[in-house]
Amino acid sequence: MTTSVVTGQVDIKDVSVSYDTRSGRQLAVTTTNLSIRPGEFVCLLGPSGCGKSTLLNCVAGFVTPTTGRILVDGVEVLGPGPDRGMVFQQYSLFPWKTVRENIAFGPRVTGRGGDSPTIVANTFLGMIGLSKFADHYPRELSGGMQQRVGIARALANYPSVLLMDEPFGALDSQTRHMMQASLLQIWREFGITVIFVTHDVDEAVFLADRIIVMGASPGRVVANIPVDLPRPRGDDCVTSASFTSIRNACLRHIKAESRRAFELNAG
Amino acid sequence: MKADVPKPEPALRIAARRLLALRPPRTLLLSSLTVILLFCAWVVVTETGLANPLFLPNPEAVARAFMEVSTEGYQGSTLIEHLSASLYRILVAFGLACLIGIPLGVLMGTSETARALLSPMIEFYRPLPPLGIYTLLVMWLGIGEESKLALLFLAALPGLIIATIQAVRNIDPIYVRAAKALGASTRTIVLQVYLPAAGPTILAGMRISLGFTYTVLVAAEIVAASAGIGWMIWDAAKFLLSDVVIMGLIVLGLTGVALDMVMRLFGQILMPWTRKQ
Ligand SMILES: Nc1ncnc2c1ncn2[C@@H]1O[C@H](COP(=O)(O)OP(=O)(O)OP(=O)(O)O)[C@@H](O)[C@H]1O
Ligand SMILES: [Mg+2]
Repeated sequence: MTTSVVTGQVDIKDVSVSYDTRSGRQLAVTTTNLSIRPGEFVCLLGPSGCGKSTLLNCVAGFVTPTTGRILVDGVEVLGPGPDRGMVFQQYSLFPWKTVRENIAFGPRVTGRGGDSPTIVANTFLGMIGLSKFADHYPRELSGGMQQRVGIARALANYPSVLLMDEPFGALDSQTRHMMQASLLQIWREFGITVIFVTHDVDEAVFLADRIIVMGASPGRVVANIPVDLPRPRGDDCVTSASFTSIRNACLRHIKAESRRAFELNAG
Repeated sequence: MKADVPKPEPALRIAARRLLALRPPRTLLLSSLTVILLFCAWVVVTETGLANPLFLPNPEAVARAFMEVSTEGYQGSTLIEHLSASLYRILVAFGLACLIGIPLGVLMGTSETARALLSPMIEFYRPLPPLGIYTLLVMWLGIGEESKLALLFLAALPGLIIATIQAVRNIDPIYVRAAKALGASTRTIVLQVYLPAAGPTILAGMRISLGFTYTVLVAAEIVAASAGIGWMIWDAAKFLLSDVVIMGLIVLGLTGVALDMVMRLFGQILMPWTRKQ
């Protein structure tokens, strides 16, 4: 255990979220309790509309819970902040800044990272293997490269929690696998807490220490599945028997949920 | 060690290169063809006597007017003096309009309150004909330079404000969220997210607005000017000097195109990320 893993405790306490819509108040997430240990890699898994993004955005500070509260290292979340890095599904790099300046943005505005923002940015560029593209603009990069920069930009603030909302959803499967592997490597190096939203079961099992399966109507936690596969996880991990059994456990919960949703809609 | 890092081309050089090749050759050829055909039509119509030379002089006469006004001047001022008087008015008025209109537009685009408070004023005077406003401005500010600058300023302003509001409101909220998650303050978000994200649309608004300011120039120079391209055209028309009128219009048109090109060049230097590769 390294000493860097002391921050990144996330406590979700009695959180529920309702949205005001034209058809009235709609419950997006019912009362949810969840504790995430410092350095833990947690995947939120579930079908579309079950409130994964809503819950993640509560931790990020973009959505204020209707009831309950969220604590990060004991401090209540009241809005977005640099202690929680965010990686979005869509490419959200600033098109008007070079790759290097995108990564340097966080350290520049917060003063985090110790060294000068440019030095921090160069370090991260090296880490994601894109030093050659430092002075390029984001649109000159492929989707996978852009998302690597997105991760580096979030990490350059040295946050204690990294929040990722289907970050690899738009990538082809080849690139996706590569990104998953390098994310795990980065996570090991930084030892930070990761909350990762996905609806891809294989992705969740490959990445997570623990999978939170969510169900819809209303959004809620239906299962809490520990993933005790050995690390580091390589290509042989996905063919192992334990991988398959965890994967099947997740699928069972998801199938039960879809059947329930189907009957709800039919009845 | 850094030898393999590709150096991006300097902004000015790229801009210059792009200015030289602003359009692909095919469109340039076609456009030149239109110009040449129009010119030929002008020659034919005047040479065959189809047109009354009093109203449509031949190209030669217009060229002569150009030479004469350039060297000897028209009503006491040479062409360059007329042109600089007009450009001075346009650029000062337009510059002021940008300095006020763009921040105002950012404010109105980001704050619903500001938009509600200020838009009635702009929406009301925007459709008024410039000459109508001008009579009031002359009563208030006199017939000097102030009322002319004020008219051009008022002509430039609404287009700039409206374009900036649109630009700011159409920004993808993901950029603002990303900046907030990275710890940016409101000030940083305005300066480093709203402004650059809205930049290309603001520039388009500036180009349209400058064009509109140009169309108001003649109206602004009708009253009590002694120099200015607009005034020269107006004055020459009174004496049926159609060669001077046409020459003035061509000069106005060409400087308008040149100004627009300068604006695009500025855009490419200030916003290098919008450059086409
Ligand atoms: N801003 C909003 N206003 C109103 N309703 C919303 C809003 N955001 C989400 N919802 C609703 O809340 C529910 C949960 O949405 P959320 O985006 O959290 O789901 P998700 O699990 O992330 O789905 P997906 O996998 O499609 O991204 C959905 O029914 C959605 O329609
Ligand atoms: Mg979502």
